[in-house]
Amino acid sequence: MTVVATADRRLMEGSEAMAEAAIAAGCRFFAGYPMTPFTELLEHLAKKLPEAGGVCINAESELEAVGMAWGALATGARAATGSTGQGLSLMQESFSEITLAELPLVVFNMARGQQDYFQATRGGGHGDYRHLVLAPLDIAEAVELTQLAFHLADKWRNPVLVYGDYLLAHTHEAVSVERIDFPTLPSKAWAVDGSGGGTGDSRLVTPLGLAKHGHEAPGIERHLRGITAKHADIEREEQRAETAFCDDAETVVVAFGTPAKFARYVVSQLRAEGEKVGYVRPISLWPYPFDAVAEATEGASTVAVFELCAGQMIDDVRLAVLGRAPIVAIGGISTDGSGFGVGPLLDAEIIRDRVLAVHRGGAEAELPPLPVNERG
Amino acid sequence: MSDEHVGAQGPAGPVLDTSAAPDHAKKVADLKPDLLLTQEHNMCPGCGEPLALRVYLEALQELGVTQRSIMVAGIGCYTAFTSTVDVDLVQALHGRAPSVATGAKRMRPEAVVFTLQGDGDMVNEGLQEVLHTAARGEKVTCILLNNGVFGETGGHMTATSVLGQRTKNTLDGRDAEYHGYPILIGDLIARLQGAAYVARGSVHNAGAVARTKKMFRRAFESQLRGDGFSFVEVLTMCPTGWFIPTGDGPDYMHETLGDVHVMGELKVEGVVKTTEELHDENVARQREVEHALERGGLDR
Amino acid sequence: MTTIRSRGTVTIDTDTCKGCELCITACPPRVLSMTDEVNHLGYRYPQLHPGCTGCAACLMVCPDFCFEVFRFDEPVMTEIAPAAEEPS
Repeated sequence: MTVVATADRRLMEGSEAMAEAAIAAGCRFFAGYPMTPFTELLEHLAKKLPEAGGVCINAESELEAVGMAWGALATGARAATGSTGQGLSLMQESFSEITLAELPLVVFNMARGQQDYFQATRGGGHGDYRHLVLAPLDIAEAVELTQLAFHLADKWRNPVLVYGDYLLAHTHEAVSVERIDFPTLPSKAWAVDGSGGGTGDSRLVTPLGLAKHGHEAPGIERHLRGITAKHADIEREEQRAETAFCDDAETVVVAFGTPAKFARYVVSQLRAEGEKVGYVRPISLWPYPFDAVAEATEGASTVAVFELCAGQMIDDVRLAVLGRAPIVAIGGISTDGSGFGVGPLLDAEIIRDRVLAVHRGGAEAELPPLPVNERG
Repeated sequence: MSDEHVGAQGPAGPVLDTSAAPDHAKKVADLKPDLLLTQEHNMCPGCGEPLALRVYLEALQELGVTQRSIMVAGIGCYTAFTSTVDVDLVQALHGRAPSVATGAKRMRPEAVVFTLQGDGDMVNEGLQEVLHTAARGEKVTCILLNNGVFGETGGHMTATSVLGQRTKNTLDGRDAEYHGYPILIGDLIARLQGAAYVARGSVHNAGAVARTKKMFRRAFESQLRGDGFSFVEVLTMCPTGWFIPTGDGPDYMHETLGDVHVMGELKVEGVVKTTEELHDENVARQREVEHALERGGLDR
Repeated sequence: MTTIRSRGTVTIDTDTCKGCELCITACPPRVLSMTDEVNHLGYRYPQLHPGCTGCAACLMVCPDFCFEVFRFDEPVMTEIAPAAEEPS
């Protein structure tokens, strides 16, 4: 990855930075439906995409938004949609089928106070489909991962989900959105532009495993198997994680996304005080970096999982650790009064206490009670 | 010399050889449209959908837009044609073709983008999509094959099934009290400002087929001019879904579906016609068609 | 003897026909009738008698694309014996 141009550095919210990153990546179509905390991403793209020669449509429903992106993708354009978890729930049938149609959709989840890890990685849709999932830590990484998402989507002809949240969307930071140059990919011979009509070689973009008369159709079974074989390749090649202080760590904290920034801060603080704690952060949620997490936790006595829900990523941590060490959930449900945003648990002091409780007392240690959002 | 030859027992005269092209003659109609890769398909005997397929493919070809046409197909019996039409094609989900067509057209504005959907697809599952696409005036053409049933799944009632119509779950006929009323989707769309050309055809006889072809041409021409959203609904027979003998299909359709979803151009250049106005027009046209048949030969 | 004028004729792909009989009623001069034989699919199929006008109505209503339609350069005349009287 080479950084190509130096853009102006200015104060902007995460949504705006991600919108600019999408455009820098060549996204020329976006459709979405307003929903907190995703709305601003749609607003910024509504303003910026036409300026960049693209199209942004305020779809009348989430279902139509993903459909429009589907049509744009089929013509070979870089296209995206997004919402928050509740809105993505509505798009699930299309997500599954777009994966089977091998279209390079990029999806933005600006998640609410509940976490959508299961929805993103297990998939709320039907069948054996997978989306690559990238979870940025902060705005700077979101700018990078957004552009990577478009590249990986085209590289694998598979949807990629960028997992953000309220904090990422609405935090303002001084950022410069610099375009990243990725390796060149083959051109999209499969894309539909109308020119195939009447030639005997017209194109068909379909999830159904069919082909035009005169061409061999894989049939649905062979087609599905081909897709899952591709997913096995993606699993091997696209795992991403960040690890720190794990070589001699007794306690390893696992976290992803914006909460991980707090966890990382706490761990480095404790390290500076001489505590043997380490940290591993999955950057790709699918494929989950099982190897990196296994390696990071190899010598640990306790693995502490910090996430802002009742426990979703912890299942993958269990798969990575495979019983070598006990695993404790040190996060929990914590959100603001609206349910959209940030709760009181996302606090360095509180997290530090919870990490220390487990680090000193082991897996059976009693954790301090979860903070309560006073507005309920 | 006399043209009178049809007696009560059927046509008189010997059976002629129809296995090979004749000498001293000119072909006036091809076996199948050029844009259809094979004539073979698995539609039921007496299915009306291939009749509509033929004429819209011919319309595309006659307009010279073959090499810039993008078709978006919904899910129904007609999905089988996605493999046999020689047109660049995107398969959509049930009800979802209009949004896919929107995305495609916005990225390829020079292409002629059209959908092919059934009534279950468009008016049940996808009602929202087609209405929004029409309201937005997207420059696409949505084509509706309306047989008043979900053909592919066995013939159940849809939102366009008319009162009294036989379907798998209304074998005694659709009853308003229990099943409610049909949606006249053509009329609904015609009243949306973004809809530029709205027409309803039918394939119950050759004259209707010819008239439907003209509607397709005018719809595609409307898209080419950039007028806005265009829409062609075509009533098609489904004797299987209606549980009636194959040969009764056209008359049954014309008398039930055709009596409610009335044939005609519902909206042209901003002028919207009511069901009564369309009906009166049809009566006048029928007289014209009868005279043309008496003179011999239809203009295609 | 009656003379029947045929301005046109058709070819019929009997192997593809599914026996729906829509062409029979669609033909304005009523010159098609169904055979008693069946094709390899098990369907009876249409056959042509003198009097075709080449109007292509059959082609337009055929769901299985069985017809090609021709117009003769000069109409072909066929002489036939008159139809038998109905017994009273």
